[in-house]
Amino acid sequence: MGRAPAAVREFLRARSSGKVGDSVFRGLMLACGLSILAIVALIVVMLVQQSKLSLHEFGFKFFLRSAWDPVAGDFGALPFIYGTLVTSILALLIAVPLALCVAIFIMEICPGPLRGPVAFTTELLAAIPSVVYGLWAVFVLVPLMRDKLGPLLVKLFGWTGLFSGSNFGEGLLTASIVLSIMILPVISSITREVMSAVPVSQKEGVLALGATRWEMIRIAVLRNARVGIVGGIILGFGRALGETMAVTMVIGNHADISRSLFAPGYTLASVIANEFTEATGDLYLSALIEIGLALFLVTIVVNTIARLLVWAVTRGHAVQGQ
Amino acid sequence: MANQLRASKANVNRRAFENAMVTGISVLGTIVVLVPLIAILVYLIYKGASSLNVAFFTHIPKPVGETGGGMANSIMGSCIILLLASLLGIPVGIAGGVYLAEFSAGKTLGTVIRFVADVLNGVPSIVMGIAGYSLIVVHQKHFSAFAAGITLAIMMVPTVTRTTEEMLRTVPYALREAAYGLGVPRWRMVMSISLRTAAPGIITGCMLAFARVAGETAPLLFTAFGSQFWPSGLNQPMAALPLQIFSYAMSPYDDWHRLAWAGSLVLITLIMVSVGLVRYVTSRGQLKGGH
Repeated sequence: MGRAPAAVREFLRARSSGKVGDSVFRGLMLACGLSILAIVALIVVMLVQQSKLSLHEFGFKFFLRSAWDPVAGDFGALPFIYGTLVTSILALLIAVPLALCVAIFIMEICPGPLRGPVAFTTELLAAIPSVVYGLWAVFVLVPLMRDKLGPLLVKLFGWTGLFSGSNFGEGLLTASIVLSIMILPVISSITREVMSAVPVSQKEGVLALGATRWEMIRIAVLRNARVGIVGGIILGFGRALGETMAVTMVIGNHADISRSLFAPGYTLASVIANEFTEATGDLYLSALIEIGLALFLVTIVVNTIARLLVWAVTRGHAVQGQ
Repeated sequence: MANQLRASKANVNRRAFENAMVTGISVLGTIVVLVPLIAILVYLIYKGASSLNVAFFTHIPKPVGETGGGMANSIMGSCIILLLASLLGIPVGIAGGVYLAEFSAGKTLGTVIRFVADVLNGVPSIVMGIAGYSLIVVHQKHFSAFAAGITLAIMMVPTVTRTTEEMLRTVPYALREAAYGLGVPRWRMVMSISLRTAAPGIITGCMLAFARVAGETAPLLFTAFGSQFWPSGLNQPMAALPLQIFSYAMSPYDDWHRLAWAGSLVLITLIMVSVGLVRYVTSRGQLKGGH
């Protein structure tokens, strides 16, 4: 085997200069990929640093105290945790059954030509900014709640004691309804994604055994997709925990713990949005940032769980597809 | 025998009934969802369109008590902040996606980055706002459009990275092999084969990230802060459309409420048109590339 001609050797040498370029390029891409890790680290460090004052002053008890008195410099996050949990859980109770209906309808029942438009409309709703939902809620939902929905609920469920007190239209329940509209597209699109990961052959198999369509959906689709659906629901929960603007606009902004769903409340996110720029004094600001830190950590945990569940379902699909 | 037949007939009836009932519930549920959703959109268009006028696009807000005025400064401010965010966030996001798709095969680091990107996507925007405040505003000691741009850019990076990665993975391996076979260095292959082939999808991903941050209000509260005047430099507080909608919606004046509706319509039109346009253009490009 003789040596390659000079021209070819020259060509190959010129090509091998790509080595430097390759490693520079690779390093650059790696740096940008790592920037995501750096962002998360930076956020944690910054939030801890900025909330140090409040962390020292109140310790872990901060999350168990219900005082919120900026004038006296006494802070506790319990009312906000309560408001956040109540609105998010209520929003899930409203949104989850409806989101499942929409997902099942689009995936299994909807006639072909309608499928696109229905899916598109629900996706479209995910693109509307939070502040616009808030605007709509302030001028449409709040009056509706005050004059129609509220009195109706008192009449039907007044005996539960959940709807006592005066109904101004703003409050925990109104915020929950807005939240449910906002998280519905998220849950239904994730549910659709995991439902479409169910192999067609399984559905055909169940149908071939003589199952009705509902039995097919229950046995083949829902059973296989349930882990992913739970993931989608948790993802929606995470979204509801952190939703800010629309909630701030209709929840009434009052740091109280009240049993009535008509009562004004406050969430972790909305207290930050409302009071951050008005916070006078370092301890006040630091307490608000500590609330932000708590919100950050909780949503990280919630999202991690949700992602793992959704991955568990859709990954298997990718393997089967090959 | 006859008894058995009757029993199974009852069973079939029950199952058919169950099937019909569930079908009915899911149709009903979908209607319950779609009606308010469409109502929101229609109401928004109706309220917004009836409040829009030329002054809205040409004037800055009037002081309280005077009628008229517009949101021209907010529209301009939003454009400036979003441009800044896109210029910073999109290149970094795409590069991160290139790393995940082209260089991270079989490495734990890739999985970690991918996972953190997904989780970061779900971090509430208000937390990003405080982070932007702590990172930049605290050190500069004043609010600025610059801080807002960086905060929104940080929010764009994980979305762009993940969609870029997904799109690059759809590029056929044969194309890459063909390029390597010609002796092209890896970086040239990525730039002119992988990225170019996946471009339509990547652009769509970038637009979706853009649309997502375009309507964000919470992160701007503590970074851009808002202003009643024309933008006067990146280092100054700046008006933005979502911020202005928020403060007008919460004001007690009817005139300002009308401006908030008009502003919402403009904001949504901006978001929908940019996403729709890019989807249209890229879907046509894809068809051409396919043949």
